[in-house]
Amino acid sequence: MNGVHDMGGMHGFGPVEPEVREPVFHAEWERRAFALTLAMGAWKRWNTDMARLSRERMPPVEYLAASYYERWLWGLRTLLVEQGLVTREELARPADRPPAEARPRPEALKAADVPRMLRNRRAARLDDAVSPKFEPGDRVVARNLNPVGHTRLPRYVRGRRGVVDRDHGVFIFPDAHAAALGKKPQHVYSVRFGARELWGPEARANDAVYADLWDDYLDPA
Amino acid sequence: MSDHDHGHHHADDPAHPHNAPLSEVQLRVRALESLLTEKGLVDPAALDELIDTYETRVGPKNGARVVARAWVDPDYRRRLLEDATEAIAEMGFIGRQGEDMVVVENTPKVHNMVVCTLCSCYPWPVLGLPPVWYKSAPYRSRAVIDPRGVLREFGVELADDVEVRVWDSTAELRYLVLPERPPGTGGMGEDELAALVTRDAMIGVAKVTAPARKGAAR
Repeated sequence: MNGVHDMGGMHGFGPVEPEVREPVFHAEWERRAFALTLAMGAWKRWNTDMARLSRERMPPVEYLAASYYERWLWGLRTLLVEQGLVTREELARPADRPPAEARPRPEALKAADVPRMLRNRRAARLDDAVSPKFEPGDRVVARNLNPVGHTRLPRYVRGRRGVVDRDHGVFIFPDAHAAALGKKPQHVYSVRFGARELWGPEARANDAVYADLWDDYLDPA
Repeated sequence: MSDHDHGHHHADDPAHPHNAPLSEVQLRVRALESLLTEKGLVDPAALDELIDTYETRVGPKNGARVVARAWVDPDYRRRLLEDATEAIAEMGFIGRQGEDMVVVENTPKVHNMVVCTLCSCYPWPVLGLPPVWYKSAPYRSRAVIDPRGVLREFGVELADDVEVRVWDSTAELRYLVLPERPPGTGGMGEDELAALVTRDAMIGVAKVTAPARKGAAR
């Protein structure tokens, strides 16, 4: 979707402001929002691409005003309701009740399962024998696609010409996966786009941006 | 910027503009945890374990060890650039948000930096969770269109003949920059070198500098 999350090349957000001695979390609620998101992800009612799409669907004015973990919280609440794990009425209940006694269901993530879950080495890479459409050195053009669903094809590369730098192998295709349409295995490549191709003649001739793009995002140029 | 003392702050209401307003969101998260616990969907002990992992155990010290090893061991450096996932796994750093790693090497003529313009993709096993600035609109918008301007704000001024390569993490590959080893560190061992390597240098928005030599002013 052509959402406000697709920020590459936008102007007006001001300078980057690094924080000295930044803590990992800035508040207790950030810790809990982070952990709740990972723990609920372990139920596998949604995949990574659906989770990303849930945050992208946050209304743009809210998205820009929200902090990072507020976006995670918004996405999590959206998915919980959509997957039928909680109701809107339950989400609206006040927080001033005493904390519930923990009686986790057998399928709920346990503390003892956490290290194994976090050290899992397989995610989006697939073993499917799919032939690559391109090879390193090939000239390609990013398709001008504007899907209303999830995509990892940023607006700033659409219609731009680049060169395949390397083939990363076969991966889940996020556009299909986020819509629960299967994995649609295909190759992902780093594609090199010259800064002038992306940003015009005032950009530096020797600078470049590399984006990781799937076969379905590319045509031969 | 310090990269090595993360995880020991527990203030609930820091004066931090990105978190306002706190009270409403705090209540909302508390209510959600209470609800999910009551329904048996989460085990609070698992939440504590998840938090503890990223607050105290996984962070940029891991990546610094990879970089230091690559600086002292040419064979390791070669393996790291050819198959980063396996070379990093050799040191025990594996898993979530680092399942498929790529290492890009800075040289006197090439400067690499990493961004995720679409969200916040970041190599967790070697760098931990990303800092706020990396996830912020200013960095995500400008890194690809004005990398030299961003670098300047971080205090890095590159010569005109240096090629800037910006890696936008649009897929599930996670990128780590292998910074240049600073001059004057020839006699240092791996541990000493690792202590010089900052998180920002491994994102590609800083260079690694050698400590001023004792007595150098004399």
